[in-house]
Amino acid sequence: MKFKSIIALMVLTFAFGIGQAQSRGALRINEVMVVNEDNVVDDYGRRTAWIELFNSGFAPLEISKVYLTNDASNPTKYPVPLGDVNTRIPKRQHVIFWADGDPTRGTFHTNFELTPGVENYIAIYDADGKTLIDEVTIPADLAPNTSYARRTDGDGQWEVRAAKEDNDYITPSSNNIIKEGNSKVDFFRERDERGLGLTVMAMCIVFGALLLLSICFYIINRIGASVQRRNKVLSQNPAAVEAAARGERPDHDSGEEIAAIVMALHEHLNVHDRESNRLTLNKIRKAYSPWNSKIYNMRELPKRSNR
Amino acid sequence: MNFGDFLSQNLQEFWHLTGFYNSTWENFIMLAIGLFFIWLAIKKNFEPMLLVPIGFGILIGNVPFNTTAGLEIGIYEEGSVLNILYNGVSAGWYPPLIFLGIGAMTDFSALIANPKLMLIGAAAQFGIFGAYMVALLLGFSPDQAGAIAIIGGADGPTAIFISSKLAPNLMGAIAVSAYSYMALVPVIQPPLMRLFTTKKERLIKMKPARAVSQNEKIIFPIVGMLLTCFVVPSGLPLLGMLFFGNLLRESGVTTRLAKTASNALTDIVTILLGMTVGASTQASQFLTAQTVGIFALGFMAFVIASSSGVLFVKFFNLFLPQNKKINPLIGNAGVSAVPMSARISNNLGLEYDPSNYLLMHAMGPNVAGVIGSAVAAGVLLGFLA
Repeated sequence: MKFKSIIALMVLTFAFGIGQAQSRGALRINEVMVVNEDNVVDDYGRRTAWIELFNSGFAPLEISKVYLTNDASNPTKYPVPLGDVNTRIPKRQHVIFWADGDPTRGTFHTNFELTPGVENYIAIYDADGKTLIDEVTIPADLAPNTSYARRTDGDGQWEVRAAKEDNDYITPSSNNIIKEGNSKVDFFRERDERGLGLTVMAMCIVFGALLLLSICFYIINRIGASVQRRNKVLSQNPAAVEAAARGERPDHDSGEEIAAIVMALHEHLNVHDRESNRLTLNKIRKAYSPWNSKIYNMRELPKRSNR
Repeated sequence: MNFGDFLSQNLQEFWHLTGFYNSTWENFIMLAIGLFFIWLAIKKNFEPMLLVPIGFGILIGNVPFNTTAGLEIGIYEEGSVLNILYNGVSAGWYPPLIFLGIGAMTDFSALIANPKLMLIGAAAQFGIFGAYMVALLLGFSPDQAGAIAIIGGADGPTAIFISSKLAPNLMGAIAVSAYSYMALVPVIQPPLMRLFTTKKERLIKMKPARAVSQNEKIIFPIVGMLLTCFVVPSGLPLLGMLFFGNLLRESGVTTRLAKTASNALTDIVTILLGMTVGASTQASQFLTAQTVGIFALGFMAFVIASSSGVLFVKFFNLFLPQNKKINPLIGNAGVSAVPMSARISNNLGLEYDPSNYLLMHAMGPNVAGVIGSAVAAGVLLGFLA
């Protein structure tokens, strides 16, 4: 009982650990602005450097207790405070931290600043202060009012954005790519107007999956059938099987005994097949088989009483 | 204000809240449809377990009321009781629970004993993708076309699951259409089966399959889940629950869980699913030209699926030795209307040869159809979601 409890506890701990690791690991540094002169203002009306974090997962993510730092030798520089409902980031959403060196202004104001004209290292560490979740080094030549952003949210390459062209936008607290529709649907609408491509691909996948399963169970089927045959013989006469395995014939299997039975039946019943003086013993066929049985129906039919 | 005015004013306000005041002709059409479903279920015995909850749900969803009064009673009003119950449909968690129950009540022996029957279940999925192409031709977008086409799988829970992800606005029509055609399996399939088979083919007797050991039955859900979900991970909610339910049944050590999953849980979810799907067909959302198109496409998908199953068996027979031919009457069972379509195969087989029981043979493609439609659903989700 104690052993079972320990195993159960280990399984739960393992599952919980995986869950934690997966959720924290989804946090990403997504976009950074070092010199903010005419970009977004904080809740005090000031323009300061900002760091955008992104929950790349598909579950809400609680980021209190994770650490933000601009110093690789001090990974626990700014702990995100507990008790703020806004530290729970919904799936695929963003939050902004103001790197203004003034944490007394609230949860989202870090105790460090970003320095213009030099490389700025930024990292996020997990609650243990040791596990690195994400890091980035902002280039020293990042101009004022330009951001260093991931090309695609939470993934892909980094690029400098200056908000000078249509697709070069700076997006604090928003997606780095502005989507106007479902890109997959648009792709199929443009490239597979008649739906033939998807049909061919999908049917190949469906057939492939079931063929794979079919082949797999064909093999298991063969193994199962041979095991069944062996078990059946074993259950009927284990001694005979052992003897057969040793290459011996059972005592009664002399042929004379069988001939005597056959002759007795022939004399008594006077039955024979097409050849005279030969008796054929036919196997009795059962009309009933569980495969025909209605009790193997999957569920009961609804019954309606006709009163 | 005198007492008379007081009474008059309040009664007038009350009158404005009643269904009589707020009713439109669309409401009455929907109420008539709901009553028709209930009549079909009770009088004609067409899938009463589904049509009674759906039919009554249609009545519930189409009782007119003042939507501007903030009564929080409508299924689309956030916080209402119906809206809370509807979450299982809109968020798509009822269908996997139904699949858990299906897994727990399904005996996969027929499929394990004769694995080649799985391919019939795959062939029947042509219905889904044939309807997809036609839906695109009619002007539906690819995601809407995918959600509508899944009706061809003849699998209500899968249809709801897919439409909740790909086209939530069409879910009511898709769900009602899918369940309607499932109920009409005994009407739709036999003529197609007769049309595509010869009398000689209908008389083919298949060898009884061997009995399957418990070990094989235990291996099946584990290997089945791993193989299919590795190929199509997006089918995980449906396939995972289906095979999990089956393992509960076959393991022999979780009988109580299997019984709960296949009886109480399935019944509870069926009640909630049927009722809320019915209630989601509010006249304003349901009575549109699109709905007519969805019903037409659904019928077409169903016809293609049933026909392609039968035709595939005929094609398959070309490569099989004489003593291993498959009776094409089990081809229709490739759609996943379990176990109705398998029963149709059996009944039609008995009609032509009273000693030719096809039920257990038809159960093979039938449950393969469940797996096939879930895989097809996963493919659609993977490509279009």
